[in-house]
Amino acid sequence: MKTLNRRDFGVAVAAAVLLPITTVRADDNMEIHIDNFVFQPAELKIKVGTTVTWTNRDDIPHTVVSAGKFRSKTLDTDDKFSFTFTNAGDYKYFCSLHPHMTGMIKVE
Amino acid sequence: MSGHDHGEDGLSRRKVLECMTWAGTGVLWTITGGVPRSLGIIDSAQAATAAAPGMTFLQISDSHVGFDKPANPNALGTLEEAVNKINAMPVKPSFMIHTGDITHLSKAAEFDNADRIISQSKLDVHYVPGEHDFLDEDVKFYRERYGRGTKGAGWYSFDAGGVHFIGLVNVVDLKAGGLGNLGAEQLAWLEDDLRGKSKSTPIVLFAHIPLWTVYPEWGWGTEDGARALDQVKGFGSVTVLNGHIHQVMQKVEGNVTFHTARSTAFPQPAPGAAPSPGPMKVEDAKLRAMLGVASINFKQNEQRLAIIDTPLQG
Repeated sequence: MKTLNRRDFGVAVAAAVLLPITTVRADDNMEIHIDNFVFQPAELKIKVGTTVTWTNRDDIPHTVVSAGKFRSKTLDTDDKFSFTFTNAGDYKYFCSLHPHMTGMIKVE
Repeated sequence: MSGHDHGEDGLSRRKVLECMTWAGTGVLWTITGGVPRSLGIIDSAQAATAAAPGMTFLQISDSHVGFDKPANPNALGTLEEAVNKINAMPVKPSFMIHTGDITHLSKAAEFDNADRIISQSKLDVHYVPGEHDFLDEDVKFYRERYGRGTKGAGWYSFDAGGVHFIGLVNVVDLKAGGLGNLGAEQLAWLEDDLRGKSKSTPIVLFAHIPLWTVYPEWGWGTEDGARALDQVKGFGSVTVLNGHIHQVMQKVEGNVTFHTARSTAFPQPAPGAAPSPGPMKVEDAKLRAMLGVASINFKQNEQRLAIIDTPLQG
């Protein structure tokens, strides 16, 4: 019976861990706008499992690149890019076309 | 490149660099030894006469074919106006350089349209890429069209009329928080390329992003540009031609003249004059005074390079 209990316990833990990732509620989505060659907000603190969506509102294409982590295609005006953060940590990112544009996502 | 003098006759002559900027208002500026001097109001015919004879080549930049936003809904149309302007010049230029951002989004159709219009000038065109020309998934459209015979991401050199031209690429492998980038491989190639060149050979360096620091807050400069400029320091006449900032800017430092050309697509604000760079919407009536091309004249006998910026209108 010990074995069964342990497995049940394991399933319950897995479900609890997966819940925030698989169940996306409205407040699990965060928005970053690109306006006037600036990521706004430039720094964002989020919980693991949050999906962040960048929208380019400039008349010039931009990209969103975090070395080894994520890389958007070229975003023309009003194009969007989304990424779901499944691991905690600090994610520095920048626009590979205009590298003076930088931002940071802190995932807890 | 036929018809150009590739000989060594320029080696013994003293090189004096002179720059003339024909601004939209029709004032001709001449800069000798770093001191700007106005030659007064002139018209285009006189400006053209002042530039002739000698070898003349053209600089065209930032055509952004495919751009259709409010700052200029028809960038292909204004490129065509620029080419018409070139075709109407009293002295046919020997060739043209394009300092990048041929297209806005690196689409095959944008490259095709740009070529269809630019080829109407019937001039040889030497390209360097802008960051807008490397946006396609496989980064192949620019290379397929203009990369033949170039090194690395597309750098190369050639000689024309006794002048050594060097096309550099500073729009790849950009680092977070940084500016334009040449990279170690390209700098090593440049050193090789210049080795053995007589110091009296006039040098023209051209690249998309300014090789000098215009305004780092907006990324208008090249991280390791100073290392390239160090390598040409000993030469008697160096001219650096860039685009990217969509406005005429010029400075003279010793034997080096820096100059940026207008775009044929849309203007950008002066450094710091707006919250950010980017397409600047101006009154329709003013747009063509802020777009244009540059013609650069190298006088064989007087050994001076003259730059005349010609707006599409005004």
